[in-house]
Amino acid sequence: MNSAKYVLGKALRMISLLIALCLVSFILVKNSPIDPVQAYIGADMMRVSEEQRELIAENWGLDKPPIEQFFSWAGAIVQGDFGTSMIYREPVIEVIGQRFAASLALMGVAWVLSGIFGFLMGIIAGMNRGKLIDRAIKWYCLTLAATPTFWLGLILLIIFAVWLGWFPIGMGVPVGVLSEHVSISEKLYHLILPALTLSIVGVANIALHTRQKLLDVLESDYVLFARANGESGLGLVWQHGVRNIALPAVTLQFASFSELFGGSVLAEQVFSYPGLGQATVSAGLRGDVPLLLGIVLISAIFVFSGNLIGDIICSVVDPRIKEDRSSV
Amino acid sequence: MNVLTDPENAIGSGSLHFKLNRRQKTLIITGLCSALLIGIILAAQLMSNAGIATNFSQQNLAPSWSHPFGTDWLGRDMFTRTIKGLAISIQIGLLASSVSVVIALVLGMCAATMGEKVDAIISWLVDLFMGVPHLVALVLIAVVLGGGAKGVIIGVALTHWPSLTRVIRAEVMQVRSSQYVLVSRHLGRSRWWIASRHILPHLLPQFFVGLILIFPHAILHEASITFLGFGLSPHLPAIGVILSESMGYLAAGMWWLAFFPGLSLLIIVRAFDVIGDNLRMLLDPHRAHE
Repeated sequence: MNSAKYVLGKALRMISLLIALCLVSFILVKNSPIDPVQAYIGADMMRVSEEQRELIAENWGLDKPPIEQFFSWAGAIVQGDFGTSMIYREPVIEVIGQRFAASLALMGVAWVLSGIFGFLMGIIAGMNRGKLIDRAIKWYCLTLAATPTFWLGLILLIIFAVWLGWFPIGMGVPVGVLSEHVSISEKLYHLILPALTLSIVGVANIALHTRQKLLDVLESDYVLFARANGESGLGLVWQHGVRNIALPAVTLQFASFSELFGGSVLAEQVFSYPGLGQATVSAGLRGDVPLLLGIVLISAIFVFSGNLIGDIICSVVDPRIKEDRSSV
Repeated sequence: MNVLTDPENAIGSGSLHFKLNRRQKTLIITGLCSALLIGIILAAQLMSNAGIATNFSQQNLAPSWSHPFGTDWLGRDMFTRTIKGLAISIQIGLLASSVSVVIALVLGMCAATMGEKVDAIISWLVDLFMGVPHLVALVLIAVVLGGGAKGVIIGVALTHWPSLTRVIRAEVMQVRSSQYVLVSRHLGRSRWWIASRHILPHLLPQFFVGLILIFPHAILHEASITFLGFGLSPHLPAIGVILSESMGYLAAGMWWLAFFPGLSLLIIVRAFDVIGDNLRMLLDPHRAHE
């Protein structure tokens, strides 16, 4: 009962944040130097007369006051109509849908791999505190945290695509093949390098966090007691450590959606992977306002849902959190 | 395996006679990292622009003694370009993170001292800014401001305050409820007196450490957004520009165009990290004796 109320509160907060986000991004774009008519016409600039421009502007309601424009835009969004993308000439929701599926595959693989390996590395480092392997893992993680994602991508590209020739340089699908005809194995093949980049970068945070948590647990009284009872090594960590550190690690991993999305924008740009990140960059560079606004909202929903899922898992699984909250 | 006797301490006390203690070591490392950063800014000022001028007799050279980072397709010396690019990144990072830290300080203080309503509003704002993926927010701000250095600086400054705001809020809350502040209040000291004499001195280290720890993020985000094409103009020798230009030449085997500039950026970011962590350790009384 309590946790249901808690989750409901979180969801309401998320909705209020989304409404505010709509308002803020609308105001920002409204005051930007981008002329939507200009962006729409693009290369046909010479063939479109002044009257035709005005017709387009009138058709889109650009002559109405900004508040009216905001409400008609927001009303359409609530019904799931994000408008038409100017560069893809397709409904924004369809562009985002197709691209998000590709990005989700990329981010999903990286998320699972970095979660598992990061957690294991954290445990190994924590169990061997101060030894060579602990220091090596710590050094590796801190260095990764300072590494520009796109540079790591470039280095992998140089090694595996240019030197070893194992992968093609760029291109999400083979040249000259329609996207419907691309087989799953080909898609997977093109997924490997960007996913590897994101996984390598994603390990750092979770490993350092898990290591610290494990050190805290190992210093606790109940571990001292367990040691006095003769428990040691992996058995001790499994019985008393992992149970206590798994939950914060899961929450942290769900809270990392924001960085994951940012990383995928960079990785997709380096490897020309046709995902949402690449669409973000083209939308921004070519002034495709409807698509850019759509991506801002969708990516925010993505991040919020990550946090919400983390919170729900925590409040359902961990009885202490429920108690904490009722006492506050 | 015995984790209870801390091996780090054990090593430290056993070898005290012929090794520097941890505090001295920390100070030396911090000094070296700072010297590196100052050296880069000075070197960028002193280097002549001859190295980055187009020179077709020196095209596409692999790294050598006269061109340690190689040259590009226009014969420009990559070492000079990298150093100048790093100096630009450091300056932009410093400007943007200073603004961020000031925002964080003001909002954190307000959240902790101006009552529940203000606190709720500020924490809602923090959630709002943390909700949009960082890079997407940067792209949106850069696009709205029409790109360029202005777009990058404002974008980075406006998006890096939320986490530090939380830290400062928690810190102020803690100091405010401590014994000596309560005593001081009962002795009739004004709010301003307490804020300026009791709370602010505690925040100064947070302020400087926060500044240095935001720095690496600021530099990396500046480079990323420039790499994507929203940031600094292609005429500047910024690291993001260098790396995005290099993409067209990697297939031709010119690995040095990407490898060295990126590695230098990594080293700079890491140096800032080390300085920030060490300063925090030296300034924090609870951890100063570690």
